[in-house]
Amino acid sequence: MASTGDLEPTHYPARRAATVALHYLNTHHGSPFRVFGLQQVHKASAEDVAAGGRKYKLDFSVTDWASGSEGPALRCSADVLFPQTERHSGPEVQLRCEALQQINRTAQEEHAFYQRYISPDSAVSARDIPDSYGNVSEEMQPFWRLARVAASFIMLRESSERTEFNMAQVASVAQQGSSEEQLMLEFVVLLHDFPSQEIIQWKLLASWSPDRGVRVLQTEWQPRCPHATKPPN
Amino acid sequence: MRLYLAVFALLAAVHCEELFSGSWKRTWKSGLDFWTHGFSTERPVDIRVPQSSLYAVKDFLKKNNIPFTVMINDVQDLLDKEKAEMVGNAKMERNTKSFNFAAYHDLETLYSFMDTLVASHPNLISKVHIGNSYENRPMYALKFSTGGVSRPAIWVDAGIHSREWVTQASAAWIANKIASDYGVDPSVTSVLGQMDIYLMIVTNPDGYVFTHTNNRMWRKTRSVNSGSSCRGADPNRNWDAGFGGPGASKDPCSESYHGPFANSEVEVKNVVDFITGHGNFKSFISMHSYSQLLMYPYGYTCTDVPDKSELHSVGTAAIEELTSLYNTRYQVGSICKIIYQASGGSIDWTYNIGIKYSFAFELRDTGFYGFLLPANQIIPTAEETWLGLKYIMQYVRNHPY
Repeated sequence: MASTGDLEPTHYPARRAATVALHYLNTHHGSPFRVFGLQQVHKASAEDVAAGGRKYKLDFSVTDWASGSEGPALRCSADVLFPQTERHSGPEVQLRCEALQQINRTAQEEHAFYQRYISPDSAVSARDIPDSYGNVSEEMQPFWRLARVAASFIMLRESSERTEFNMAQVASVAQQGSSEEQLMLEFVVLLHDFPSQEIIQWKLLASWSPDRGVRVLQTEWQPRCPHATKPPN
Repeated sequence: MRLYLAVFALLAAVHCEELFSGSWKRTWKSGLDFWTHGFSTERPVDIRVPQSSLYAVKDFLKKNNIPFTVMINDVQDLLDKEKAEMVGNAKMERNTKSFNFAAYHDLETLYSFMDTLVASHPNLISKVHIGNSYENRPMYALKFSTGGVSRPAIWVDAGIHSREWVTQASAAWIANKIASDYGVDPSVTSVLGQMDIYLMIVTNPDGYVFTHTNNRMWRKTRSVNSGSSCRGADPNRNWDAGFGGPGASKDPCSESYHGPFANSEVEVKNVVDFITGHGNFKSFISMHSYSQLLMYPYGYTCTDVPDKSELHSVGTAAIEELTSLYNTRYQVGSICKIIYQASGGSIDWTYNIGIKYSFAFELRDTGFYGFLLPANQIIPTAEETWLGLKYIMQYVRNHPY
């Protein structure tokens, strides 16, 4: 059912490709104080590519979720290439967003956050963010956003034309000993894939500092128990 | 307060004027309470008689050949019952007013809210028991009706996928809103003047309980699948419309497992039987979350339905109403094109049996909180959704078929 040529921007093929571009954006520009969400796809088209696979051209807007619904929309354009499925490699993205560099108001908060948790005896640990009722404590907000940025690496890598990922919940966060002046955090995240409606669990180890940004060092898919009770620790 | 223990109210036909000009009042100066005045010989008189005077009064009337009948045997008893009812009503009103719509509640609390709502609007709302869930929990729909027999009706359901908590919570608010808007809001009043509304707040009670006790992300029913340790089927892949086709899984462990056969899930069968048994539904609207979408059939195929044009324009107008409140962006389209091809869905089945105005909502948000929408967004979500729903209902009323 692959569409070619101009795509209806409100339909799912365009939106799935834009979501991939969004994950890419978050891996590059997300932080504990900045996470982007897709606002709207304006224009989209797709074509088959000579080496196999399909390439989407997108014109879309994002907003910074961290600044609430009042936040200004950022206009972006992207090329998203889904390689031939047999190759089983993630999509390739080229992305341009206007005025990205101008958004640097969060530098102060980032440094304060970093200073607070880089100390050797810091050992943050928490479960279920948000909780069942959608609550996220003030203290956990930056960890929630960090988890989403780190999860974006996985979501980007795992994406295809048949997936549409979102992070549903942070099952757990456990701070590890800092290394090379990086905050080290082990997350277990629950990803929600829209087309299949599955909840997929991943454990990952991520590092962060204001200078180096988010890096994902290890990822491990976690099988779900068939009786599907709470995820294993 | 037992001043009048047993009081008889008597109806006395007046034969002789003189009785009332003189001797009557003279003989019983105190105690007799005349409930009607302005006597003539043709018209009856109503008197409340205190217990202590009862036999004497009856005696007098008999001796003077004044016919009487007892209208109320015990006025005090009536007064006591009326007072108790008023106290009960005030308490129930406080209960519905004290029900916290801006919070997520467990099944028991939602069911008790339904009872409270019905009790405080007995002439408008009744509770319909359409059957039981797999684990034997009752499935209730609230019926809003101003009379008639099997009037054309509108169906709204929430929570068929149990993890979509904002839908059950919004449905509770909407139930209360319909009740309080009837007689006040012209749109609601006119819809209920001609049609009935059925609202099912918890369509998958077993799943809902499981999201509270075990796994917040549970979506399906809780039926046992033979030959598998995985439980449940996706109740929105289990309807008899393109059943088993693309967009549903045959793996019992999958979130979109369609079940062994169409209507295998008792929760689905109960609704199917109710809808077909009723036979006069004109609209069927199912609430889900999340994504902020308003969709019409089909999901099982991307071929347009014959009524696509009309459904698309109704949906577009409904979304305009919704967005007007808080600027929440929604998209409109068929299920297959907007989200994904999905077979065995409820609104495909209802459309195919002739319920033209079949829609599915995906409520807030677009992924930031996803299923875990904070409680402070319940009421804004319900308020804006209600505007969209109201538009559809009004349209359905104005376009009988």
